[in-house]
Amino acid sequence: MTNHTPLHNYNVMTMTDNFWELRLYVAGKTAKSTAALANLRRYCEEHVPNQYKIEVIDLLVHPQLAEGDQILAIPTLVKKIPEPIRKIIGDLSNEEKVLVGLNIIPATH
Amino acid sequence: MNQETGKNTDAPLTILPKSPTGVTGLDEITGGGIPKGRPTLVCGAAGCGKTLLSVEFIVRGALDYGEPGVFMAFEEKSDELTTNVASLGFDLADLQARKLLKIDHVHIDRSEIEETGEYDLEGLFIRLGYAIDSIGAKRVVLDTIENLFAGLSNMAVLRAELRRLFTWLKDKGVTTIITGEKGDGSLTRQGLEEYVSDCVILLEHRVSNQISTRLLRIVKYRGSTHGTNEYPFLIDEDGISVLPVTSLTLDHPVSSERISSGIPSLDKMLDNKGYFRGSSLLVSGTAGTGKSSIASTFAYATCLRGERCLYFAFEESPQQIVRNMGSIGLDLQQFVNNGLLQFHAARPTLNGLEMHLVAIYKLVNALKPSVVILDPITNLITVGSVSEVKSMLIRLIDFLQSQQVTVMFTALTLNNIVNEQTDEGVSSLVDAWLLVRDIESNGERNRGLYVMKSRGMKHSNQVREFVITDNGLELIDVYLGAEGVLTGSARIAQQLQEATGVALRDHAVSRKDREIERKRTVLESKIASLQEEFESVQDELNKTYVEDDLRKEIMEKNREQMTRSRHDD
Repeated sequence: MTNHTPLHNYNVMTMTDNFWELRLYVAGKTAKSTAALANLRRYCEEHVPNQYKIEVIDLLVHPQLAEGDQILAIPTLVKKIPEPIRKIIGDLSNEEKVLVGLNIIPATH
Repeated sequence: MNQETGKNTDAPLTILPKSPTGVTGLDEITGGGIPKGRPTLVCGAAGCGKTLLSVEFIVRGALDYGEPGVFMAFEEKSDELTTNVASLGFDLADLQARKLLKIDHVHIDRSEIEETGEYDLEGLFIRLGYAIDSIGAKRVVLDTIENLFAGLSNMAVLRAELRRLFTWLKDKGVTTIITGEKGDGSLTRQGLEEYVSDCVILLEHRVSNQISTRLLRIVKYRGSTHGTNEYPFLIDEDGISVLPVTSLTLDHPVSSERISSGIPSLDKMLDNKGYFRGSSLLVSGTAGTGKSSIASTFAYATCLRGERCLYFAFEESPQQIVRNMGSIGLDLQQFVNNGLLQFHAARPTLNGLEMHLVAIYKLVNALKPSVVILDPITNLITVGSVSEVKSMLIRLIDFLQSQQVTVMFTALTLNNIVNEQTDEGVSSLVDAWLLVRDIESNGERNRGLYVMKSRGMKHSNQVREFVITDNGLELIDVYLGAEGVLTGSARIAQQLQEATGVALRDHAVSRKDREIERKRTVLESKIASLQEEFESVQDELNKTYVEDDLRKEIMEKNREQMTRSRHDD
């Protein structure tokens, strides 16, 4: 369930600033998990097409992975790159919060 | 009736199964441990020992009861926790390596987390479930789960998920301890007690008069009887010890064996045999009357018999006692060296009373001494009131007597006016009471020892003079003279005076003898001269008498001649 960015796009960008490595933790195919993944894909395609990688981890299959990223809540989106690491929990229904959390748009107060 | 009883035993009621915590004393209070397969809440303010209690529960379970455990730490990191409890002798790293323990540190940082939309805590369930299954855990600790409330903001979700978590833990059949910080007016800040209804244990750390005491209380234990008091507990290098101190039944075994006090002349006062084994003894007296010396002599005699003695010194350091007793000919060092004599010196103000009691309880259990000495109990007053000290000593005596341990207290009486009723009120509790008292007269003070009471034996009711010599303690019969009881130099003076009297009398007697002799000589010579006189008088008288006879004879002869001559005519 990984979505790989095409290689030709990958090469043209400056890696550190403009690439998003994301990990979404779910537990089975629940409504919240499905909604979270759908929301995330949509935001990424809209705002940073071809500059992202989403790895979906199903904890029901790999429970041992929960400890490493300190997962408590489901679903949890972990932004591994760019630094700093940040977590967004919930079904990601609030687009602005997600985009701010992922540093795609700056926080507006 | 009989049939009915038989029926009942055939189908016994199912009693709530319990899981022993392994924490000294706690299992006694709870009647076997905390409810098996259910969550138990341990709550209390910061620093009251919640984490230690739960760590000990996990460690003892893994080591002593073959129940591996999962420790989910919401506060401390795994290595921090390992270091923190290493001082209690728990090697968490080793337990983890042996698959008896799994520590999972749950880190929640609100600044790292953004919440958007709906979520649940399935991740926590999965982590916990994985940890439990990976080592086959039977015990779980969640320390402190309330930290979730600090990291996540959706209260409704959190509460619902916690409720689900506790149900899930019950279904898993793991015995769980959940710790919670004490809140204002409630047992925990987030009201966890609402979810955990089976067993709630409250820990407290109370400071009064600058003395701290840790206390444990079972607030609630559904489906089981339990001790309801506040129980003091101690955290030391062996973990937690709770002291159940309510056993006040007077049914401990008694011994009629006698043990020597170490002072032969004192044994003589006590029916010629000494104290009873397992009895409680009180030595009281004013300052400097030799109470510690009596106690040390008893300790010395105990060790000399090859028995163990535990000496709690609340005033002097062990080195000081050993040195001081060396001066009266007691070499205590040899017994310290071979382990028969154990000193435990601490200022009373180090702990609260209950903590002292727990400490004594622990040491007695560990060392199994035959004699325990507390020198002096008076100083305990500084950390508690008289009634508190008394209740502590009652429990101590009860405990020691149940273990057949002879205990000797020394107590300082502040002045002679009140010494009949003070002594922390223990004089009525103890089996034997020795009173050492200053007897002041003629400008000097001497010690007099009384056996105030001694249960179950004939004992001397006389006061003895108590003398501390280079070779130990001695009791000397006081001198009862015309002027009353004499001690010290007055006694010695009186004895000297008596000796003088004897010499003088002897002298007088011999002089009289000579006088009589002389008188006899004089009289005898007088008698001799009278005799002489008498003989001379007798001679004189005899002479006259003979002359008369002669004359008469001659006259007779003459008359005859004259008559004859007439006839011739």
